[in-house]
Amino acid sequence: MTDTTKILPGGARRLHISADVLQLSYRLLAALLICVLLSLLTDSFLSLNNILNVLRQASLMFFVAAGLTLVVLTAGLDLSIGANVGLTACLAGTVIHVTGSPTLGVLVGIGVGAAIGLANGIMVTALRIPSFIATYGMLWILQGVAYWYMAGETIHGFPPGFRQLGSGYFLGLPIPVYLLVIFLAIGTVLAQRTTWGQEIYAIGANPVAARLSGIPVAARLLLVYTVSGTMAGLASIIFLARLNSAEADIGESLTLPAIASVLIGGTSLFGGVGTVFGTFIGALILTLVLNGMNLLQISASWQPLVTGAIVILAVWLDRMTRRRAF
Amino acid sequence: MHEIALNSPTTRIRRIPGVAVMLVALVVCFAATSPGFLTAPNLSNVLVQSTVLLLLALPMTLIIMTEGLDLSMGAVLTLASLVVALVTLATGSVLLGLLAACAVGILFGVANGWLVAILGIPPFVATLGTLGMAQGLSLIVSDGQSVVGMPIAIQKIYSGTVAAVPLPIWMAIVAYVVFYLLLYHTRLGTFVFALGGNRDALRFAGIKVERMLIVVYAIGGAMAGLAGVLMTARMNAGHPTAGLGLEFDAIAAVAVGGTSFERGNGWLLGTLLGVLTVGVLRNGLNLLAIPSSVQVSCIGVLVIMALFFDGLRSRT
Repeated sequence: MTDTTKILPGGARRLHISADVLQLSYRLLAALLICVLLSLLTDSFLSLNNILNVLRQASLMFFVAAGLTLVVLTAGLDLSIGANVGLTACLAGTVIHVTGSPTLGVLVGIGVGAAIGLANGIMVTALRIPSFIATYGMLWILQGVAYWYMAGETIHGFPPGFRQLGSGYFLGLPIPVYLLVIFLAIGTVLAQRTTWGQEIYAIGANPVAARLSGIPVAARLLLVYTVSGTMAGLASIIFLARLNSAEADIGESLTLPAIASVLIGGTSLFGGVGTVFGTFIGALILTLVLNGMNLLQISASWQPLVTGAIVILAVWLDRMTRRRAF
Repeated sequence: MHEIALNSPTTRIRRIPGVAVMLVALVVCFAATSPGFLTAPNLSNVLVQSTVLLLLALPMTLIIMTEGLDLSMGAVLTLASLVVALVTLATGSVLLGLLAACAVGILFGVANGWLVAILGIPPFVATLGTLGMAQGLSLIVSDGQSVVGMPIAIQKIYSGTVAAVPLPIWMAIVAYVVFYLLLYHTRLGTFVFALGGNRDALRFAGIKVERMLIVVYAIGGAMAGLAGVLMTARMNAGHPTAGLGLEFDAIAAVAVGGTSFERGNGWLLGTLLGVLTVGVLRNGLNLLAIPSSVQVSCIGVLVIMALFFDGLRSRT
C-alpha cells in the first residue's frame, strides 16, 4: 500500500514530513491567492475588522473540525459533530441560566460532548458498526433530543464575562484566536510528537498491520472518537458565547463545513495522511471563500452548494495527487 | 462461499422473524395503547404515507447492497418536488413538470454514481457533498419560499383512487414489483449482489463495474425524483425543506429490513417490512402525541440496534 511509507523509519519518514510541508505550503498559497483576489474585488476585505472576523470564524470552524481530523486520520468519520454541538450548546446554556455559573456550564458542555464521543467510539469498536453509519444514527438521535428538549424555545442572554469567550478581545485579537493557537499546539504535538499520535496514523494507514504490531486499536479509536466529541462540546461553548443564545438547530449547518475543512486541509478520507495544522488552513480557506461570497453580496443560499462542491473537489484532488505520486 | 451461504433460502427464512416480529410487536403495542390505531382509515393512512418512504427505500436497498450509500436522496427529493411545482406553474403542463423532476433526480443520481465509481470518492462523502448541493439549489430555485397554487391534477396524484384503492398504494405495488423483478430476475440484479459481495470477481469476469454502479445510483436519483412529485402532490405545494432527513428513514427501513452494510446481502421483502415498521412506528407515536423530534430519536436507536444485531449475526 502507498500509505505505509510514512511509518517506515529513517529516510522514508523524513521524506514524508517534507511532503507534508509541501502540501501545507500549497494550501497556504491558495489561501493567500484568495486573499489577494478578494482584496482586489472588494473594498471591505482588507479592513482590520473583516480580517479579525475571518480569523474568529476560522477559529470556530477549527474547533469543530480539529477532533474530526483525528477520526478521519484513522479512516473513520464522525457525522454527529454538528448535532453534538447543537445539543451540548442547549444543555450548557440551560445550566448557565439555571445555576448562574458559567464554569459549571462549560464543564457540562464539555462533559456531555465527551460522553457522546465515547458512545460513538463504543459503537464503532465494541459493536463494530461502520463509523459513518453509527455516527449518522447518532446525528439523528441527538438532533431529535435537542429539538424535543428545546421545544422551539431559545435560551438567550448569558453573563458578559462568559460572552467574552466568544466575542471578547485581548491585545487587539479575538479571544477565540488565542484558544485556536493553544489547541493547534496541543493537537499538533499530540498527533506528531507522541506515541499515541503515531499509533493513530498507523491505524489509519493499515489497521491490520497496526493490530499485529501490538497497537491497542480499539482503545485508540475510543480515544479518538471521545476527543472528537469533546472538541464538539468545547466548540458549542464558544458558539454559545459568540451567539449569546442557544437554539436546537445551531449545529445543523456545521457538519458539512467541518468535513470540508478537514478535507481541504489535506487529510485523506482513506486514513493515515494529514495534519491538524492542515485542518486549520482548510478552515481558513473555507472561511475566506464564504466571507468573500458575503462581501460580494452573493446570497447565503449559495453556501451549501459551494461547500458541497468544495467537499467533492477536495476528495477528488486527494485521489488525483495520490494516484499521480505513486 | 460466505455470501452464498448467507443468501440461501434457509437463512432468508431465519431472517424473517427479526423485522416481522418487530412489526407485529409494534402493531400489537399500538393497538393496545391507542384506540384509533387499528381502524381501517388509519391503517390505510399508514400505507399511503409509507409510499414516499418505499420509493426511496427500494433503490436505497440496491445502493447499500453495492456497499454504497446515498445521503443525498432527501435533498434531491426536495429539489425535485420544487422543480415539479415550478415547472408545472410555469408551463401549465403536469407531464412536463413530472419529466423535469425525474430528469433532475437522474442527473443527481448519475453525478453520485460518477463520483463514486469513476472518481473513487467514498459514497457517504460523495453523496454528502451532493446533499449540500441539492439543498443549496433548493434554496436558490425557491428563494426559501414555498411554491403554492398547484393545479388540481397534481393533487390527484396523491388523493386519487383507482378501483377504490388510493393511487399511492398502486404506485407502491408497481414499484415493489418492478424492483423485485429487477433485483431477482435481471442481469443487473445479479450484478448488484456481486458488486457488494465480490466486486473484483465481477471485474475479472469482464463486467463494466463502473457503468453498473452509475446505473444503480441513477435509479436511486430517478426514484427520489418520483418521490418528490408524490411529496408535492401530498402537500399541494413545493417546500424547500420537504424531504429533510427522509433519507435517514429510508436507510433505517433498509437496515431494519436486514440488508447488510458491509457484505452485499440484501433482501427486498425485508425492506418492505422495514418501511412498514418505520411507518407504523411514526404513525403510532403520532397517535400517542409524541413529538416528531422524539420519533426521529427512536428511529436512530432502531437503526443502531438493527446494525448491532446484524453485526452479531455476521460474527456467529
